[in-house]
Amino acid sequence: MTDPQHYTHLSGLEPLVITPQSLFINIGERTNVTGSARFKKLIKEDRYDEAVEVARQQVENGAQILDVNMDEGLLDAEAAMVKFLRLIAAEPDIAKVPVMVDSSKWNVIEAGLKCLQGKGVVNSISLKEGEEKFLAEAKKILRYGAAAVVMAFDEHGQADSVRQRIAICERSYQLLTEKIGFPPEDIIFDSNIFPIATGIEAHANNAVNFIEACRELKKRFPHSHLSGGVSNVSFSFRGNNPVREAIHSVFLYHAIKAGMDMGIVNAGQIGIYDELDPDLRERVEDVVLNRRPDATERLMEIAGKYSRNGPQDKDDGNKLAWRELPVARRLEYALVHGVDQFVTEDTEEARQSVTRTLDVIEGPLMDGMNVVGDLFGAGKMFLPQVVKSARVMKKAVAYLLPFMDEEKQKSGNTSRSNGKIVMATVKGDVHDIGKNIVGVVLACNNFEVVDLGVMVPAQKILDTAIAEHADMIGVSGLITPSLEEMANVAKEMQRRDFKIPLLIGGATTSRTHTAIKIEPNYQTACVWVKDASRAVGVAQTLVSKEKQVVDDFFAKVRADYADVRERYRNRGPATRMVSLAKARANAPKFDWSGYTPPTPNKPGITVLDDIPYTELLQVTDWTPFFQAWELHGHYPAILSDQIVGAQATELFNDARQIMDRIVKEKWLRAKAVIGFWPAQRIGDDVEIQADGKPVMLHHLRQQADKPAERPNLCLADFIAPKATGVKDWIGGFAVTAGLGIEEHLEDFKRQNDDYSAIILKALADRMAEALAEWMHREVRTKYWGFAPDENLSNTDLIAEKWRGVRPAPGYPACPDHTEKATLFKLLDATRNADIQLTEGFSMYPAAAVSGWYFSHPESQYFVVGKVNRDQVEDYAARKGWTLAQAQRWLSANLAYDPDE
Amino acid sequence: MTELPYLHPDRAARLHAALAERILLLDGAMGTMLQGHALDEAGYRGERFAHGCDAQHPHEHTGEHADAAGCHRDLKGDNDLLSLSHPGIIRDIHAAYLDAGADMVETNTFNSTAISQADYALQHLVRELNREGAKLARAACAVAEAKTPGRPRFAIGTLGPTSRTASLSPDVNNPGFRNVDFDELEVTYADAAGGLIEGGADVLMVETIFDTLNAKAALAGIDDAFTAAGGRLPVMISGTITDRSGRTLSGQTAEAFWYSVAHARPLSIGLNCALGPSDLRQHVEALSRVAGCAVSAHPNAGLPNALGGYDETPESMAEALGEFARAGLVNIVGGCCGTTPAHIAAIAAAVKDVPPRAVAARAEAA
Repeated sequence: MTDPQHYTHLSGLEPLVITPQSLFINIGERTNVTGSARFKKLIKEDRYDEAVEVARQQVENGAQILDVNMDEGLLDAEAAMVKFLRLIAAEPDIAKVPVMVDSSKWNVIEAGLKCLQGKGVVNSISLKEGEEKFLAEAKKILRYGAAAVVMAFDEHGQADSVRQRIAICERSYQLLTEKIGFPPEDIIFDSNIFPIATGIEAHANNAVNFIEACRELKKRFPHSHLSGGVSNVSFSFRGNNPVREAIHSVFLYHAIKAGMDMGIVNAGQIGIYDELDPDLRERVEDVVLNRRPDATERLMEIAGKYSRNGPQDKDDGNKLAWRELPVARRLEYALVHGVDQFVTEDTEEARQSVTRTLDVIEGPLMDGMNVVGDLFGAGKMFLPQVVKSARVMKKAVAYLLPFMDEEKQKSGNTSRSNGKIVMATVKGDVHDIGKNIVGVVLACNNFEVVDLGVMVPAQKILDTAIAEHADMIGVSGLITPSLEEMANVAKEMQRRDFKIPLLIGGATTSRTHTAIKIEPNYQTACVWVKDASRAVGVAQTLVSKEKQVVDDFFAKVRADYADVRERYRNRGPATRMVSLAKARANAPKFDWSGYTPPTPNKPGITVLDDIPYTELLQVTDWTPFFQAWELHGHYPAILSDQIVGAQATELFNDARQIMDRIVKEKWLRAKAVIGFWPAQRIGDDVEIQADGKPVMLHHLRQQADKPAERPNLCLADFIAPKATGVKDWIGGFAVTAGLGIEEHLEDFKRQNDDYSAIILKALADRMAEALAEWMHREVRTKYWGFAPDENLSNTDLIAEKWRGVRPAPGYPACPDHTEKATLFKLLDATRNADIQLTEGFSMYPAAAVSGWYFSHPESQYFVVGKVNRDQVEDYAARKGWTLAQAQRWLSANLAYDPDE
Repeated sequence: MTELPYLHPDRAARLHAALAERILLLDGAMGTMLQGHALDEAGYRGERFAHGCDAQHPHEHTGEHADAAGCHRDLKGDNDLLSLSHPGIIRDIHAAYLDAGADMVETNTFNSTAISQADYALQHLVRELNREGAKLARAACAVAEAKTPGRPRFAIGTLGPTSRTASLSPDVNNPGFRNVDFDELEVTYADAAGGLIEGGADVLMVETIFDTLNAKAALAGIDDAFTAAGGRLPVMISGTITDRSGRTLSGQTAEAFWYSVAHARPLSIGLNCALGPSDLRQHVEALSRVAGCAVSAHPNAGLPNALGGYDETPESMAEALGEFARAGLVNIVGGCCGTTPAHIAAIAAAVKDVPPRAVAARAEAA
């Protein structure tokens, strides 16, 4: 897939492509003489070698762009800029990222641009000295090939209200795009971050104003970016770094939510919002959000407690506390906080408590990395911190490797390796934690692993496989573009006539994707490997000495994937379609004048914690549990089925034993969050009011050509149209029954009891479904309360004989997964129910269900099915997407081939 | 955005039409063909430069260019000079490539910049070398067009990398040092581009780019020349991945290279020289995936072997480039060092019936 036109493309030695899916972009601020006393001193004393090291540290700590500023009265800023940029150009570790040339003097900026071979960023231009100068500079920027930071500054001064910010940015944007054709995606607005908690009343709303301006600017200029100098906001607490960092975390947490997508920060020094001391966080939040008149005083009250002159002291202060924790928690702490100081001794301690060294990796280290992954996925950790975490992990694994080698020798498995695998994270992707784990696991099982690291081009992978006589190739990746690169590896293997299998792994990969997009490209064999635990099984099968075993395995995989493709192809037989306009005209017609929608008994958000599992057991649908084990039939009849009855009964008994332990020993915790909001239908969308602010929910409409009496449905139809003035409501929910499952899965794994582990997982899934069902009943009878007297049997429940539906985003009635992001935001589901939403919009723990509640008596489940280009275009416009984005997210529902 | 009109709107239109319709063929190596003529020092000098300097330019013996050797320099190796001393040889080489099936021939001006000609104390010839080089290529195209009416041919005004780099220090002990800067490069490229425009080039190509900063200066210089001429030509950009590290000499990946020059809104982006087709493929593919303009590839006939020769035969090269074409990677193909009219003829046959890579529609100011 080619990049949509409006992605931002920057480059150093390597590209930096900023897409709507990109996480917050960190711009390193320490190479700035106005912001760093140390850097200023180094430059003034001509200690450029050390100054270059500052740049290197910024990049190592995760700066994706490097801000360079030499504006100092006593310096020849132009000469210093040129000298420094030339020096860092000679350092590939630094020069790989794009440079932001930062100066208030145009001559310095221009001199800087003349030193950049890549596409950098100018910081900044503005209307301060009028339109003519502004446009002349912008034209030169176009000629040199750079993006530009545009300050919200005009002839009258710097914008400080929301209105001024928007007005100046709007005027700048129009001049740039309309007068000289400046690309919107190369515009980065800096709408001025001003200090808060200064003691001056007029400053109290400074952060709020910036955040509100971000919200509006992102809406108006979706292709442009929003940045700012973050450390300004905490200026009044200079000298107290712990409090400053807390202010930065809280400020960014809210500004990023509002649309800020880049920032000049001290990469590596941002605290984690969730990890802040709750008291400090609350008081900082009061100040940032200007929530109470005495906010500043209240923060000052406790600020002294945190100030011991710098972050070093803060670490000392906390050290005592976290060093007291059990070793697994210490490792987790070290991973989450990126502290590698004690990792070797803690790893050793953890090693002594386990029988297999590998358990240290699979246990506390992986658990810690999972925490890191979850926090990152939820936007609560930033890239630099994850980089640090990975470093700690690597140290720990490196320490353990010799012990694992030794264990391997003792167990007499030294004779010869099982087989050889060449592994790599594909080109364009840097995520290697999962791949490293697979590597470790395979190595422990006597495979020889040639790990090529990250961002490895196909040619290198293939050349190495030939040179090493590898038995198989394993490729991994986390981000979506990696999927395409994996298909490319397969194509290349075919082109170069390889005969060894290709293993596919990584978070965004799937059996379906492998079957449809990768496997057809390579004849020998592509095998999707779901996770590290499965890699060994697959790898061992592939190197089996019995050819028949290998052939059978290939045949099974091929048949499996052919089946997936077949099902995919048959998902929408060539049904006749109607235009979107016609489908809309054929929407169901409800009489809203004679109908009063029920008002929830408890509007807003409700959180339910620790829901008793015994409640859930009463509403459990067991049939899918058997299906999971490929035992077909309905519960309870299946228990006495002639063919599978005995098996089913045995399985059921085993499952009940585990279920008893789950209940008695409280293995798993169930949590739920629900919410209700006033809602009105606008076309195929539903506008709801959440905390007084409008939020739009987007839906798709059936477009098949229906028989005369059958309407073309859309979920929005079940909500009263805005024009009727009828006050209607919608609900939302997110539930999980799988909190705490990992520990027990580990227990089973440690006992090599995969059977019980799989039962446990399947049970958790069932419980999550049951919880969704139970919650829905509670909603109908109590929280919404439109059916207080409903009394249905379990069978009736499963047969869905009640009023109202609870469709889930990503499922047939509302197939767009991305709507889950809106749902999660509305419910604050990650905080309220401990469910994380991944980049690809899947939920963790996996035993989780989320969706919408509709109350209309006629509301029903249906399948949207295929949609045509006119609807996809309309939907893209409503979602603020490009057509390409809409086609990507709705790819399974397209009635047409977007490539034609 | 206001942009200058094309200087030759009809030829630009025919070029765009041809690109939309088929894969276009570039010519092959100039140097390899000249080696066949085995010219000695006297051969290079011809009449005008018989004394090792320019007989028509006798008064430049003082000032910054004067040195102990006076004006007498060995001129052997200054291939670009042959456009003046032996225009017939150059014309014949162009004709041989056009007869072999090339749609586009590159002017003999790879080193016709002040920086490169300074090695021969001939920097005053920059404008003339470029103008005459362009005239020779344009004339050869006109002859070919007369032979095969209905098939347009294009003279590409070539701008080489110069012998200096603005991103790298020639002194390992002083990484901040540079022996050339952006402004100096911009001026020399503007001069060279001006000559190519005067001589009637249909297209300009910045090629064999091993330092993107040099290329950005060249693009700025071209922009200056267009402004001076009151009109523009389509611009091609072609970089060089120097070795199997997959980077340019100045360290960029192919993708980063494209983003760094995309602001010039070129007719094409591509790669040439240094590597043979098999090693070049993945980088061409990388460009092909991201570039919003045509993609070109004119590799060497393999990596130089132990004897400094090139091993790819016309057949093997045609097979490799044919595969590029069938894989939908390219719009323009040709050859660089070590390739001959036989290579070009074989490549032309291999890509004849293959449709060109689809270029994603993009908003370009008319």
